[in-house]
Amino acid sequence: MSVESLFPRLEALLPKVQKPIQYVGGELNSTVKDWDEATVRWALMYPDAYEVGLPNQGVQILYEILNEMPETLAERTYAVWPDLEALMRSEGLPQFTVDGHRPVRAFDVLGLSFATELGYTNMLTALDLAGIPLRADERGDDDPIVLAGGHAAFNPEPIADFLDAAVLGDGEQIAIAISEVIREWKSEGSPGGRNEVLMRLAGSGGVYVPKFYDVEYHADGRIKRVAPNRPGVPWRVNKHTVMDLDEWPYPKKPLVPLAETVHERFSVEIFRGCTRGCRFCQAGMITRPVRERSISTIGDMVEVGLKESGFSEVGLLSLSSADHSEIAEVAKGLADRYEGTQTGLSLPSTRVDAFNIDLANEFSRNGRRSGLTFAPEGGSERMRKVINKMVTEEDLIRTVTAAYGQGWRQVKLYFMCGLPTETDEDVLGIADLAKKVIKAGREVTGSRDIRCTVSIGGFVPKPHTPFQWAAQCDDETVDRRLHALKMALRGDREYGKAIGFRYHDGKPSIVEGLLSRGDRRVGAAILAVWADGGRFDGWSEHFSFERWLRCAAEAGIDVDWYTTREREEKEVLPWDHLDAGLDREWLWQDWQDAVNDVEVEDCRWTPCYDCGVCPTMGTEIQIGPTGKKLLPLTVV
Amino acid sequence: MRKDDSTLKPVPDGPPPAPVVQRLRVRYAKRGRLRFTSHRDISRAVERAVRRADVPVAFSAGFSPHPKISYAGAAPTGVASEAEYLEIGLTSPCDPERLRADLDGSLPPGLDVVDVVVARTGGLADRLECSAWELRLPGAETGLATVAVEKFLAADRVEVERMTKKGLRRFDARAAVLTLAVSEGTTRTAGQKPGPSCVILRMVVRHAVPAVRPDDVLTALRLVADFAPPVPPEVTRLAQGPLDESTGEPADPFDLDRDATRGGDPGSADHVVGDL
Repeated sequence: MSVESLFPRLEALLPKVQKPIQYVGGELNSTVKDWDEATVRWALMYPDAYEVGLPNQGVQILYEILNEMPETLAERTYAVWPDLEALMRSEGLPQFTVDGHRPVRAFDVLGLSFATELGYTNMLTALDLAGIPLRADERGDDDPIVLAGGHAAFNPEPIADFLDAAVLGDGEQIAIAISEVIREWKSEGSPGGRNEVLMRLAGSGGVYVPKFYDVEYHADGRIKRVAPNRPGVPWRVNKHTVMDLDEWPYPKKPLVPLAETVHERFSVEIFRGCTRGCRFCQAGMITRPVRERSISTIGDMVEVGLKESGFSEVGLLSLSSADHSEIAEVAKGLADRYEGTQTGLSLPSTRVDAFNIDLANEFSRNGRRSGLTFAPEGGSERMRKVINKMVTEEDLIRTVTAAYGQGWRQVKLYFMCGLPTETDEDVLGIADLAKKVIKAGREVTGSRDIRCTVSIGGFVPKPHTPFQWAAQCDDETVDRRLHALKMALRGDREYGKAIGFRYHDGKPSIVEGLLSRGDRRVGAAILAVWADGGRFDGWSEHFSFERWLRCAAEAGIDVDWYTTREREEKEVLPWDHLDAGLDREWLWQDWQDAVNDVEVEDCRWTPCYDCGVCPTMGTEIQIGPTGKKLLPLTVV
Repeated sequence: MRKDDSTLKPVPDGPPPAPVVQRLRVRYAKRGRLRFTSHRDISRAVERAVRRADVPVAFSAGFSPHPKISYAGAAPTGVASEAEYLEIGLTSPCDPERLRADLDGSLPPGLDVVDVVVARTGGLADRLECSAWELRLPGAETGLATVAVEKFLAADRVEVERMTKKGLRRFDARAAVLTLAVSEGTTRTAGQKPGPSCVILRMVVRHAVPAVRPDDVLTALRLVADFAPPVPPEVTRLAQGPLDESTGEPADPFDLDRDATRGGDPGSADHVVGDL
């Protein structure tokens, strides 16, 4: 059965909506494969607006890998804004892909990439517009398998009722494996329908199918146990780890949008994983071990990616990019290669202690020297010990002094508020730190023309981290501390004008906390919020705290119980059956160490401290140096 | 960078950017679904295409250099066009036909490069005096359209209102309209087979301030004769250029550059850039 393009019907609506270009597709390097020649068809969704979703690396990588498979096709779909949603509802136009403008319900798989839990309501909108039943148990054989991935999928329990399946970890190999399972099953004539293919996926051990597990609760609401409800389903589901990044040099042909998006650059992941051990950082915990991409593959990917895209900026991505064992050689090689070509290089996520001025000079050689960003995260030395962000005040002052001395005029500092054991004084310490930064900068430059911006957000305890047991700080306390900090910065006669202050209030963090550490019962609150009109919760102009509290209460969900309650060591956590490889006893010990201000070193440079990931997952640290050189391009 | 003298504007280290030795004028079309690009979308796409095609574009000086590409009077978002214009400053001379092919190959399908000439005369933007527009109106009635057009043409002045960035503006939509005619045809939305029959309005409109756009003329037709098509029109700019008084149509604005190439317009020698 062939599937007609919905574009003619969509086209009639486009003159009536904002930024219509985001819905038309046709991006450079996008692919529309023949529908009838494919056996397995994926709709990939980033559940946020196109401008946020298009640049997402995960979706672009899977899109390219799946489309390279002969019998598989992949198209993309994004959250539509409320103006188009209203028109689609009145015209009966279903959720569509932007590539072939095909109805999402016609696909075999709807794969959702959740970088954040705040996309959950957007998933429900897409399912509803697609005509797919919201609840997995109401879906029939004609409905796609709704599959979640991304960091939030490490605890998919709050959306378990709406998902058919979830995968943890790196998507490259498991997406191919899932495609293969579905292809086989379809080629056999789809025996046993939907349940059979889900059983085959679950039986592989690498795909979590929530409905094959039952959750039992204690009378006080805590979880008693989570157990498979049929034979052939594993007790624990493992995450996936791609071990050789050089074998997976994606994206090769980055998508180049016509619409403006949040990242207008070609991004290359220079490594995955991070073992710095920051206790608040879920990404660092669930992506272990560190696996570097080699300098030569990075060089090749940059060359091809720039040529294919025409982007004028390269971003070297990772969780802490200056930690790559050959970052200096990469930086110098790229700066040499692109000298005089108006090509900018950027290095997001740079640690204060890994930063050095030679590196920064290389990165700004072909571009502007506008601002540098560092993330001390905690305002006091004690706070930084609790979170294991091993950056001393001396490190920070030395680094920013060097930066100001070399011509940078603006330094941004990122912090968090509401960390475990935090006091008012810890937060006010941020003001002292910022003032010292300005003072040092004025001394080294002899100028008052330097600035520092303090950016601060609320901390959310995340699953699979040592803080998974912690009580989340309530929003009133966070807001009170942020206000006090603001007063301390603004009110300073000597330094106040040189320090900028950006912050997010504590309310969205509470909702993020509920969705991060929630269990299956929280799904009722998500559904209620969505039914009440909740959309785009990651956007302050759409987010409504009042709606979340009201709808959660109506759904019988005690938000405080899920957020500000500290958990006991033995309490069964909703994600305990989902295995990121981290040893639970090690995590608990790290949590105890946090409370006692005990720091942990990085296992790349010190002996293994038995977090458990490598032996459990059969992986190992993969770092250089390789000693290879990044070759300059030959002049054509 | 200087660190002691804040009164001087800082300049980047290194040599100044290479100068412009040649300017090329480009006529491009935005077709089909790419008519939904905005002017900003197009300028980003062109900058990337220029990089992909290795065009030796010149850059401005300063800390955030910009490619020297300038655009003349872009058609509104949602309106297709066969005749959009831009000018590129180059640091080394290029063959216009080769640049046309390279740039066209580097732009997404739907943004198509139609014609390129070497700029040998001044003021391309000033030469774009009027545009020919075509509006396809699915579901409209030819008889009603004809009556409305007659009433409109008979009027001296038809005031319309439109929301602009500066707020609601009220202006005359009649005087700028040089010709306006009704015919019948079929709709032709992006990538489709010919659709159902529709009314076609074809008009030549003088560029004025505030600009009178095809939708303003539609508004005027509604005001004079209650003519209201049921769905939004498919609008295409067919041509823009200097008004040819003999035909009442826009002429090719590149004619002067081509004449200069043949030595036909000695008066433009002052504007020749570079030493081809």
